[in-house]
Order: sequence, then structure tokens, then C-alpha cells
Amino acid sequence: MTWNGWAEIALVLALIAATAWPLGVYIARVLAGERTPLSAVLGPAERGFYRLAGIDAARGMGWKDYAFALLVLNALHFLLLYAMLRLQYYLPFNPQGIAGMSPRLAFNTAISFVTNTNWQAYSGESAVSYGSQMFGLTVHNFLSAATGIAAAAAVSRAFAGGGLKHLGNFYADLTRITLYLLLPGAIVAGIVLIALGVPQTLSASVDAVTLEGAKQTITFGPMAFQEAIKEFGTNGGGFLNANSAHPFENPSAWSNILEIWLLASVSFSLPLMFGRIVGDMRQGWALFAVMAVFAVGFVAMCYAADAGGNPLLTAAGVDPSLGNMEGKELRFGAAMSALFAVMTTGTSCGAVNSMHDSFMPLAGMIPMFQIQLGEITPGGVGSGLYGMLVFAVIAVFVAGLMVGRTPEYLGKKIQAKEVKLAMLAVLILAFCILGGTASSAVNPDALTQLTNAGPHGLSELLYAFSSATGNNGSAFAGLSADTTWFDTMLGIAMLLGRFGYVVPVLALAGSLAAKPKLPPSAGTFPTHGPLFVGLMVGVIVILGGLQFMPALSLGPIAEHFALLAGHTF
Amino acid sequence: MLSHLRPALVLVAIFTILTGLAFPLAMTGIGGALFPFQAGGSLIEKDGKVIGSALIGQNFTSDRYFWSRPSAISGPDPNDASKTVATPYDASNSAASNLAPTSKALIDRVAGAVKTYREKAGEGAVPGDAVTTSASGLDPDISPENAQRQVARVAAARKLPEERLRALVAANTAQPFLGFIGQPRVNVLKLNLALDSLAAAPPNS
Repeated sequence: MTWNGWAEIALVLALIAATAWPLGVYIARVLAGERTPLSAVLGPAERGFYRLAGIDAARGMGWKDYAFALLVLNALHFLLLYAMLRLQYYLPFNPQGIAGMSPRLAFNTAISFVTNTNWQAYSGESAVSYGSQMFGLTVHNFLSAATGIAAAAAVSRAFAGGGLKHLGNFYADLTRITLYLLLPGAIVAGIVLIALGVPQTLSASVDAVTLEGAKQTITFGPMAFQEAIKEFGTNGGGFLNANSAHPFENPSAWSNILEIWLLASVSFSLPLMFGRIVGDMRQGWALFAVMAVFAVGFVAMCYAADAGGNPLLTAAGVDPSLGNMEGKELRFGAAMSALFAVMTTGTSCGAVNSMHDSFMPLAGMIPMFQIQLGEITPGGVGSGLYGMLVFAVIAVFVAGLMVGRTPEYLGKKIQAKEVKLAMLAVLILAFCILGGTASSAVNPDALTQLTNAGPHGLSELLYAFSSATGNNGSAFAGLSADTTWFDTMLGIAMLLGRFGYVVPVLALAGSLAAKPKLPPSAGTFPTHGPLFVGLMVGVIVILGGLQFMPALSLGPIAEHFALLAGHTF
Repeated sequence: MLSHLRPALVLVAIFTILTGLAFPLAMTGIGGALFPFQAGGSLIEKDGKVIGSALIGQNFTSDRYFWSRPSAISGPDPNDASKTVATPYDASNSAASNLAPTSKALIDRVAGAVKTYREKAGEGAVPGDAVTTSASGLDPDISPENAQRQVARVAAARKLPEERLRALVAANTAQPFLGFIGQPRVNVLKLNLALDSLAAAPPNS
């Protein structure tokens, strides 16, 4: 660990915190259909889209209607991507003549993108044509991110008043988020990324003759635009196999700082969007504080665990001063690799600028643990906020149990039905993660796909199912995941982790929306102070985290002690 | 159901055209006009021929050049497609070792690399970047310590004084902005290009 490492981490975190409030307020205004600086340009386009699609943006939807609209659009988009990946050989923009994907890989990839996971069972260089990247993956990067933010807005609105029948209009939310937030953000960031060195060209690869006279084929493509939205929408699927570790996707320290900001800024701003929608910014700041406590704590732990280098390599004669450099790029170094890892797994982004599989055991456990907490620190765009609200409901319920009063959150009584729905959402995660890992661990065919033996092998499985269920998409990439077993099981985990989570949460929102909003009384537990922040942190760690402790003990923690004792596998 | 089909279909179609076609093409146009070098992959040409990209590392094996970090990229064996062979710095691909910190394969590989490195660069602790594989397999940079440790070998192979090469390495070392943004690093391809032009020029120029 070095002072400049900590200083660079602090700088990036400060940038993210500084933009949270203005960005959150802007998103709330966009979702409410208020005028913003971009309205003059985009307003006519927005209204034109509504007319074409037959949408009445002012028509509110109840929770079932909202959930149904969300599912229909995503199902259609899934089918479209599946067809595109299967048929890409015959479709335009395929200068490299890349063949169509196998059914199981196309299934896995299409689910991966429709759920905002962007798990890469494929290699970007050789398995996806430019046409599929652009019309397929890039479009999903926009719409799956917009779907998440729309759902978060719908859940937020449930707390805005009493006796509400509607949660907003899904199509209007989706259109507004895409037009006013994601598209302008991706354009500006994309141009900056090009200036910093990310290619944006339709030509295929170039053959270079190196200084030593060898042939080097260099692959690039229309990458900058996709790179921008991949981070900004917390999608994470890379144009190239090495993702944001590839020098073309992330060429310098500056592009790295920009990419970390892109992938974390919206998620950290959404609690403040929530604050504005419910008309009490203090509530938003409290949720922001919970996210920030975790993010800062995890960055410090990950950096501290990784920056000392690998003692087994130090014993072999390696200077440990650069940190644990296996699977890391020199231009990022230990600090920016740790920060990227924590931010990409704290959000549901899943882009990587270093290989988590080669992190020191405890440093690699931090990204995995963040995903297992349910992707709420700060979580994916939208999904992080509604996940956090699920824990807020559970936290006030726990507080209510302690003092023997009916719990309330923002004037809404939390009763048996709400707690059951919240727990259903939490348990779906544990079911998919632990069930998937356990069933793979007893499947001999699955075990042959591991790169590493010993406790780290279990970590590779546990990470894969955490990542898929949490819709993260990063990996302990030593696992070769393009097999029938993994494509199918991880595909199901991604589906349940996304839609099996969002439907109970929308049901919860619908139930809460209909309730009267009670004015605060002397007996109301305030949900905006440090006490509530502390309570939520505790509930998240104990309820969200403890269910994974046994599995983590057998994986990364066992590996840590094996390493200290000098055992290798 | 039917009332939801039309909005879903139309929105997917509109956004496919907008975010999947119109904007990527517009960005390609804008990028090519404003930043043609970067948008085209930062390619370096010498005598009209592409010799590589400033952002992508190359594999150097001759004693006359500074060497890049080890690369974990592998590909199908041209003689036997069922096998894979190491293809370091193959930029049509990208890959990491993904070996665990407790992997025996990793410890053995690094121990072997340390031994080879010391044969050329002398005893002492080996810089961490010199014997570990990067995340992309295409890392264009090495640490300044790693470059300095290679000076004696390159100087001997080129019959150049070591001080000139040390100065060349120093001149090609990028320092962190304000002391903390970025890492101290040396772009190997640019250093080797400078080395070639240094060797071509008379010693006192």
C-alpha cells in the first residue's frame, strides 16, 4: 500500500460522491416528465416515439400492469437477441465472417444481456460479429439498464403518498431514461474515450509486422460507444475477451478513472432520486450513507489484502513492492485494480480491469461477498436501489420486533405480507447461489471445467453462481463456462436473480402504494439518522451476509490460511 | 397482452435503430473526424508499414530489445488443432492465466521465470511485473525498475554504453500526474523504437 494509491482511490470516490446529488435530482426530474435542459432537443423525439408506439405517457399502471409490461418488453428483446446471435453469419456488419452461436451459448448470452448481467461465456473477439455487438449487445446495454432504473422509480413512487393505485408508466420511464440519461451520457463519454485511445472504427483487424519481424494481427472495432454504455448502464460485457483490462477498452489511468466514475455514478445517485420522489432528501442521504459505508470499507479491505503481494512469490525471489501483479495491468497498479474490482461488483456492472481469479484469497473474497449481499452497495442501476429498499423494509421490521411496535417506513405500515415478499426476494438469491454452487460441486463434468484446484476451485464455482444470480457478470474466469451444464444453470440463475427478484419487489411496492401514508408521531422510528444507517448496515451484514459465511469459509478463507501455511494446490 | 405488444415492439425497434445503428455510426464518423489516430487503434507506422499499436504490447525475444511482460495468451496449434500452444501478444485474442495465488502451476511458472530473468539481469529481487502475466496478455508497459534491469543485456548486445541506454529509459518513463494519478511506466514498443533510431544515429548527435 502506498500513499499515492490511497490518494488516487480517494480522488475517484470523491468524484462519485460529488455528482450523486445533482445526478439523482436530474433523474427524478426526467422521470417525472419535468423540463430539463435537453427537453428542447429531445422532447419532440420523445413525443414522436409515444405516438408511434401508441403510448399514453400519463396513464398510470398498477403494479401488475407495470410488471407485465416490463416482462413482455424484455421477453421480446430476449427472443430478438437470441435469433440475432444464432443467425449472425447471415446478417450485415460481419467483416470477420464469424459463425452463428450454438443454441446453448446464444441462450446463455441472450439471457445474460437481457438481465443486465453481461456474463461472458463467449470470447468477444471470435464469437460475436460487429453487427451483433451493435444491434444486439449495445441495445441491450441501454434497455436493460433503463428497465432497472424504471423499476426502481416505480418502487420509489410507492412511498410518495397514501392510497396510490399506480406506480407510473413503464414505457414512459424506459423511454425517458434512455433518451435523457443513458444516450447523452454514452455519447459524451464515448467521445472522451475515443480521445483517450479507445478505437471506434468499422474496419476489421490490421496485420502489423513487429520490430522483430513477426506478424501481429490486431483486433479492434466500433468499441468506444459500447464501452461507454457498458459502464454507464452497469452492464459490463466487454467488446473483447479481457474486458476493461484490454488496452483498447481502457488505455490509460485517465480512461480508468472515467470508467470507474461511469459505472458507479448513477447507482450512487439513485438514493437521492428516491429522496426527491418521496419528498424527503434526508431519507435519500441515509440510503446513500449505507451504500458509502460498504463501498469505502470494502475498497480498503480489498486494497489492503492485495497490495502486499503474494508471499509465495516473494519467497521465490519476486519483489513485492508493486503488489500482487499476476492478472493485473501495470498502468492501473494495485490500488486502481482493487477500486475497480470493488466498484464493479458493488454495482452490478461486472466489467473488470484485472482478473479477480488471481487476487489474493481475501482480496478476491471481497468482490464475491459484495455480489452475495444482493448487489446493493450501491448495486446496479435501479436494481441497487430497489434491493436497498427491500433491506430498509426488513430493517424497520427488525427494529419493530425489538421495541414491540408495528414497523413503519416513510409512513407506510410494514405488515406480514410486505415482510414475506421482502424475504422471498432475499431468499431467491441464496437459493440460486448456494443451490447452483452445491449442485455443480457434486457434478463431475462441471468440476473438469475448473482451472484451479483446492479451495480455490470451490471459489470459482461460488463466484460464478453469485455473479449470475446477482446479475453482475464478472467472473473468476478460470472457470470455462461454455458447457451445457453451466450455460443452462447460470442462465437460469440469471433469470431468477433478475425477474424472480423484481416481480416480488414490484408486488411489495404495489401493496405499500395502496396503504395510507401515516404522519410521523412521537413513536415513529426515524429512518434518516445515523442510528438507522447503523441498523441497516447490521441487518445487511447479518441477514444478507451470514448465509454465505459457511461457503466463504470453505473457499477463500480456507485458501487464505492454506497460503499462510505454504500449501499449494 | 395485445395492448402491451405494440409499445414493446415499437420501442425495441426504435431503440435498436437509434442506439444500435444511428449512434454507433455517428460516433464512428465523429471519432474518425476528430481523433483519427485514436479511433483507428493508435497504429504506429514506420516506412509506410504498420508495425504495431502504441497501446498494444509486442513479444520481444531478441537480446537487442527490451522485453515485455510474460503473456498468457494461447491459441490452437497450427500443426495440430486439438492442442493449444502459447501465442504471446497475439492481439487477435486476449487472455489472462487466471491462476489462483495458491496455484502450484503459478508458483512453478514464476520460479522458472525468476531463474531465467536473473540469468540475464543479475541477482536480486525481480520486479513483480517482469515475471507475472498481465490481465489482458497485451500489457504494453513495464515498470522502470524492470527496464533498468534489462539495460546491461541490451547494451551488451548492441555494443552501446549503458549510460546512454539508462538515459533513454529515463526519457521514455511516464511519471504519475501530480505524483499519484497513474503508475510510473515504460511503453516497451516506444522504447524499442527509440532504441532503433538511437542505434541508427551517430553516437554524438
